[in-house]
Amino acid sequence: MSHEHHAHGPGGAHEHLPDAEERLGYYQTMEIAVRELLIEKGIITPADVRMAVEAMDARTPAQGARVVARAWTDPAYKARLLADGSAACAELGIDMGPTRLVVVENTERVHNMIVCTLCSCYPRFLLGLPPDWYKSREYRSRAVREPRAVLAEFGTVLPDDVEVRVHDSTADMRYLVLPRRPAGTENMDEATLASLVGRDAMIGVALVETKPPGS
Amino acid sequence: MTTPIAPRFTPGERVRVRRAFPPGHVRTPWYIRGCEGHVERLCGAFPNPEELAYNRDGLPAQPLYRVRFRQREVWPDYAGPGHDTIDVEIYQHWLEEVR
Repeated sequence: MSHEHHAHGPGGAHEHLPDAEERLGYYQTMEIAVRELLIEKGIITPADVRMAVEAMDARTPAQGARVVARAWTDPAYKARLLADGSAACAELGIDMGPTRLVVVENTERVHNMIVCTLCSCYPRFLLGLPPDWYKSREYRSRAVREPRAVLAEFGTVLPDDVEVRVHDSTADMRYLVLPRRPAGTENMDEATLASLVGRDAMIGVALVETKPPGS
Repeated sequence: MTTPIAPRFTPGERVRVRRAFPPGHVRTPWYIRGCEGHVERLCGAFPNPEELAYNRDGLPAQPLYRVRFRQREVWPDYAGPGHDTIDVEIYQHWLEEVR
């Protein structure tokens, strides 16, 4: 056996890196099995699946930011948004599907923050796919137990005279935080305002700054 | 269409979450069971998820509320100020009157 074969493992065969780092979980296997059966029986096509995934991936937090900027610039719209979130999104052409949206407003006195302790409910129609941390056991358990410590880890430190109000999205409602409009933005138009509003501010773990997130 | 169950509670009313641990798919988090809070709003009526999970129709629909709790009453050693709160969605059959 030549020297270089030792590097290829005891069998001498080339060892390939696995395609996936982990084995399929129970539900991943089940999803594949059900999807393949539905396709085999002609109920859906592979193109249907691809298009549904593409449509979901196309939703981004920019839609939510548009809603926030409109609420900041139009008090009547804001009132309608707080009264019925889904209907107010429909006004802007954002189809929430069957989702019932509750919009909670941050003020000088109250800071709102969203979590789903039981799974990872999230307003996907409005914000796209949730970030990985939102789905983590750590965020889900600590956001309700020590929200101020979690907020501080996101760089959001709130004074004690502000009430921190956590919303556990346990059932049929989905939530959007209407962040506070930052000072110094009085002369900005709606599109510029929307560019300042990031995903994390609409989950309630960050505040809106006077420059776009990540810039 | 089955008529939804009529709401028993009104916004502002004090309520307690049942301290019960039934098996199956339940949308009432463990940490809030037995806690007292007040009704923030009625969200409408929805098919009971405990029935939906087993492919039944979940009807009649259960009223769903958002209930607000004081964090210090949920977690006795809560580190933040006394006015911090948590809102949780709870179905009516999980709520009891507080007298």
